[in-house]
Amino acid sequence: MDLKEMSKQVRMDTMRCIGSIGTGHIGGCLSIVEVLTLLYFKYMRVDPASPRMEGRDRLVVSKGHAGPAVYAALANKGYFDKSVLYTLNQGGTHLPSHCDMNKTPGIDMTAGSLGQGFSCAVGIALASKLSRDGATVYAILGDGESQEGQIWEAAMWAHQQKLDNLIAFTDYNKMQIDGTIAEINDLEPLDQKWRAFGWHVIVVADGNDLDQIDAAIAEAKGVQGVPTMIILNTVKGKGVSIAEAKGVASHSFTVTAEEVEAACEEIRRA
Amino acid sequence: MQMREVLASCLDEFMAADSKVVVLDADLAKADGTAGLRKKYPEQAFDVGIAEQNMASVAAGMASYGFKPYITSFSPFATRRLLDQLTISIAYSQQNVKVVGTDPGITAEVNGGTHMGLEDIGCLRSVAGVVIFEPSDPMQLMQAMPQINAYEGCLYIRLFRKDLPVVHAQDYHFDLFKADVLREGRDVTLFSSGFLVADVLKAAELLADKGISAEVVEVHTIKPVDVATVAASVAKTGAAVTVENHNVVGGFGSAILEAMAEAPVPTVRVGVPDRFGEVGKLPYLRKVMGMTLEDIVAAAVKAVGLKK
Repeated sequence: MDLKEMSKQVRMDTMRCIGSIGTGHIGGCLSIVEVLTLLYFKYMRVDPASPRMEGRDRLVVSKGHAGPAVYAALANKGYFDKSVLYTLNQGGTHLPSHCDMNKTPGIDMTAGSLGQGFSCAVGIALASKLSRDGATVYAILGDGESQEGQIWEAAMWAHQQKLDNLIAFTDYNKMQIDGTIAEINDLEPLDQKWRAFGWHVIVVADGNDLDQIDAAIAEAKGVQGVPTMIILNTVKGKGVSIAEAKGVASHSFTVTAEEVEAACEEIRRA
Repeated sequence: MQMREVLASCLDEFMAADSKVVVLDADLAKADGTAGLRKKYPEQAFDVGIAEQNMASVAAGMASYGFKPYITSFSPFATRRLLDQLTISIAYSQQNVKVVGTDPGITAEVNGGTHMGLEDIGCLRSVAGVVIFEPSDPMQLMQAMPQINAYEGCLYIRLFRKDLPVVHAQDYHFDLFKADVLREGRDVTLFSSGFLVADVLKAAELLADKGISAEVVEVHTIKPVDVATVAASVAKTGAAVTVENHNVVGGFGSAILEAMAEAPVPTVRVGVPDRFGEVGKLPYLRKVMGMTLEDIVAAAVKAVGLKK
């Protein structure tokens, strides 16, 4: 299966995962499907049969509410059976709404209280450097999450420690729960902020385009001496018209089984 | 030997033996005694700058990689400042991170109310699974550190950082999860931890002069409390006094009262009376807070009087 087909599969499985309980963080899951597909199916050195393999590449999804999209990628990668996706948020599940390293095989760090996962990723990148194992550490940040002060504490120190094995992404879909980023607490100029913190910055014009993201990651892998931030200009709810149409309200909403199947059909034809 | 010197020398030993033991400071390494470690172990000791929240989560990330981090700051900044990071990045995520908070409670003295952690025990006691330990003298800390280093999980060391009088003799045997009966008595139990333990022992002497036989129990590990030792003592004496360097609401005294909840006895609490701190030296602060030696003695007399 090529990356395009895999991204469609991950997007459909994300919708089915959330659809199994009828509600969830649809918008911010769909906006990061392409970057997750590239990480798990092209870049990350991981082994689904050995989720805690030493020296593996790691991913911290600091916007922890994107759990279902990550679970869809993990299931397709072979970490667990796809039937597990339909246990999302049921009592006793291994798949909670927010990523939990102690519950889900393949999840490298717990996240949910925004801002913290990114600092954890900085600690992981430092630990990898000290271990001299050559691992690459990836982190996915929300744009709304980037309003947390801790993000910038971590950004400053990652540069101080010259963590060039750390590649972070901002899912810049321009929306948060209470409104657009611009009207609540604007991040602009976001690229200049990261540059001012000493990071190598790559702005991806279409953050849902596999080739553009691929080129950005390839560039980031070659950067030495500083960490890299890849700003992905994404669409919240990408690829599912009912989600895209909701705009800000796509953060979390209810879907029926019929809507999920219609969404999957739409994804299949895309 | 100052308590911070004991801490640093133990960490030095652990770091020499195990390259996974790391120390993270937040611009208080000089005050906390850990600054020298950075020169000696450049790949095991780091300063994150004045960014305690980042320090806690970075430590959690390192712990997820198999490292064994200690993070240090003044007690209010090592607890209430980073409470959510300690709760989620460390405790909820089950990471092996030790938190060292120095200058607890009123021992922050002239740094004043902003620097007085009078709520750290209360905050951390309600975070699931966190161990809270407060040593009373260098001998105890020296014996505790290897057990703390071997413990896997989130553990908070509430550390008076300067000189403390000797409480424990050379033949002392420390157990992290067992309270110490320092003096046996019949009429009332005095419970305490940290720098106040030495004065509680003096109070027991003064009470003996008044014909009151006081038992002294040092509950150095405030969570989990050694319920068996607490319950057995109050079952014998029938009255209790709790003496703490913390707000009397939610802290050490509350923990002791919970420990005797199934068989309670009249208890008088000595500590900070639900108010904020202020600048001053310890004798002044203990006076305004009602935490002097005389206050402890008076509380014991009162507790005995409350017995049926």
